Amino acid sequence: MAQRAVAINPTKPGGIVAGLVLALTLGTLGAVAWRADWGRGLGAADWAAVRFTVTQALVSAGLSCLLAIPVARALARRRFWGRSVLVTLLGAPFLLPVIVAVLGLLAVFGRNGILNDALGALGLPEVSIYGFHGVVLAHVFFNLPLVTRLILQGWLSIPAERFRLAASLDAPVGRLLERPMLRTVLPPAFLIVFLICLTSFAVALTLGGGPRATTVELAIYQALRFDFDLGRAAMLASIQFGLCSIAAALAWRMTAVDGFGAGLDRSVDRWDGSRWGDAVVIALAATFLLVPLIMVIVRGVPGLLELPVDILRAALRSVTIAVISAALCIGLTLALALKGGRIVGLVGVLPLATSSLVVGTGLFLLVYPIVNPAKLALVVTALVNAVLALPFALRSVAPAVDKITSDYARLGAILDMSTWVWTTRVILPRLRRPLGFAAGLAAALSMGDLGVIALFAGDAQETLPLAMYRLMGAYRMDAAAGAALVLLVLSFALFWICDRGGRVDADL
Amino acid sequence: MLICEKLELTQGTFHLSADVRFSQRAITAVIGPSGAGKSTLLLAIAGFFAAQSGQVVLDDISLMSVAPGKRPVSMLFQDNNLFPHLSIYENVGFGVRSHGRLDANERRSVLSVLDRVGLQKMADRKPAALSGGQQSRVALARLLLADRPVVLLDEPFAALGPSLKDEMLDLMQEMLVKDAGATVLMVTHDPADAQRVADHVAWVADGVVHAPRPAAAIFADPPAGLRNYLGKMG
Repeated sequence: MAQRAVAINPTKPGGIVAGLVLALTLGTLGAVAWRADWGRGLGAADWAAVRFTVTQALVSAGLSCLLAIPVARALARRRFWGRSVLVTLLGAPFLLPVIVAVLGLLAVFGRNGILNDALGALGLPEVSIYGFHGVVLAHVFFNLPLVTRLILQGWLSIPAERFRLAASLDAPVGRLLERPMLRTVLPPAFLIVFLICLTSFAVALTLGGGPRATTVELAIYQALRFDFDLGRAAMLASIQFGLCSIAAALAWRMTAVDGFGAGLDRSVDRWDGSRWGDAVVIALAATFLLVPLIMVIVRGVPGLLELPVDILRAALRSVTIAVISAALCIGLTLALALKGGRIVGLVGVLPLATSSLVVGTGLFLLVYPIVNPAKLALVVTALVNAVLALPFALRSVAPAVDKITSDYARLGAILDMSTWVWTTRVILPRLRRPLGFAAGLAAALSMGDLGVIALFAGDAQETLPLAMYRLMGAYRMDAAAGAALVLLVLSFALFWICDRGGRVDADL
Repeated sequence: MLICEKLELTQGTFHLSADVRFSQRAITAVIGPSGAGKSTLLLAIAGFFAAQSGQVVLDDISLMSVAPGKRPVSMLFQDNNLFPHLSIYENVGFGVRSHGRLDANERRSVLSVLDRVGLQKMADRKPAALSGGQQSRVALARLLLADRPVVLLDEPFAALGPSLKDEMLDLMQEMLVKDAGATVLMVTHDPADAQRVADHVAWVADGVVHAPRPAAAIFADPPAGLRNYLGKMG
């Protein structure tokens, strides 16, 4: 017999939670597969959707990676005023509600956007943001910052001594140091972005559409909401799950833990590259990322006056869902993290292989015969969002639980702490930071969600993103801009409050 | 009396046998080369390392089926002996067995034991606000409050400077052994520690815990392995 494990963490809730997550992922998949109508086979439109989904995801991921390389390199080797703010802002798109970003992009690249105004003034033909390149543009907007952060981490992980050595030998830094690093960092980054683009629904909903720019997720939504063709929706959902699980399995195997930008607040002294070249790259990237955000604020402020009263109600609904969803997510995460082990690790990543629409379709099929799905819209949204945020929350909380256990479990045991005392007096207080961060993440993601809610909601269950989408559909762009600003502020405020709550007074 | 009875500890290729008894109301220094199994012996006595066979017996009662927290044993580890997010008062309070809110009597005991180690004024502070030496005193205060007959020290003072370490060792001897009458086992890699406070020395090497011998005698006439070890240290 070897070292005896110190069994002080509570493990029972973890088992129950694992069951719940399995039911919501594989269970809904089962419902979907069972109801799928394979008899008709895949029609031309379905094949087109699969092709479009995969193509746009490949191109979006490829472009994001390609463009992120010079940006990350410039950030890695230059120090300048506002650098840390810019690096922090690179984390913002992950929390940004998709529909808000789309509105910002429309304000820049849309028909009445500033780009087309400028082109028109110069007598040039206008560009259209709708269709394939619009979807790719939005995906690059979201994922360029993410990949930049991942690569920046790779760059900063190369010890400074190596750069000094390379400089003193006058050796080619690129071949010697950078290419090997990129070879390990880029493939997982590419896969992660590919996966995100596969499951992105709101972008395709707003910028795609039509026979030539419909993703599988969008096709599921249309089959369910417009045609009420449950068999086809179920079949498409099965296909979507298949696509995602392949990408998720590949991605998860290859990724190291992302510290969410910890330690990116420094640069490496180097003796190569052009100062001006880097300045241009950083300026371009910052413009591309910041101008749409600024436009949300610029157009949103006057729009605030146009806001219908319904929007307030929708905002209140959204905040409620976000808070419930964050609380649920934290509970699920904590239970799983305390249980630990391989099976929990697997359960924790399962939600990545599914998507809001797939789970939503499955739940819809399950509840539809019993109750009106609209009645459950808010409950289902909170629950599904909590489960979908679980992999990200676990990535922040589980390593912290492991660290506390390895540092203090023996001390807790020799002091004869009960599981309850250990959990409430040691685990929870020491987990405040990662828990706050995870809660903020879950709240912001839920706040901006425009996936499962679109499947379930009637008028009476409108959340803020859905209300905003409907305003855009009705061409009430001023009111939509006002709603976007409210949504933006609420999402970041929720994240900030939770994250801050975890940091204040946290002695570690 | 604390007895290791034909205790066999195995992990992978590591093996350690112990068939020894440790004197009551005395400090036994456990010394030996690194990797010899000094810490493992303490972990086995505390219940963190399951023995392949044999017994740990205290006053004729086997401890083998008793969970670590229920054994009449306190232990200080190499590090992480205090919870950094809890106050000194709360940290020491965990020396009391009942882990609910402390009653008036228990609160008084915590304060009086803090007084004994000279830290009553620090009760509300967190460990990070204290010096290394003061943190060691907090851990000592908790040992005093727990008042268990066996105390295991796995080099908890290794990070202190030489004079602070000596001060802590003297304090341990004074309060734990002379006042409280505990059986103390102290792992150390520094023979000077053993010479300073140990009554007995148990030499651990080549997979065996040798029977403790009086400190003066063993340093006057060390066995071959120990002589070698001391030579290297010198």
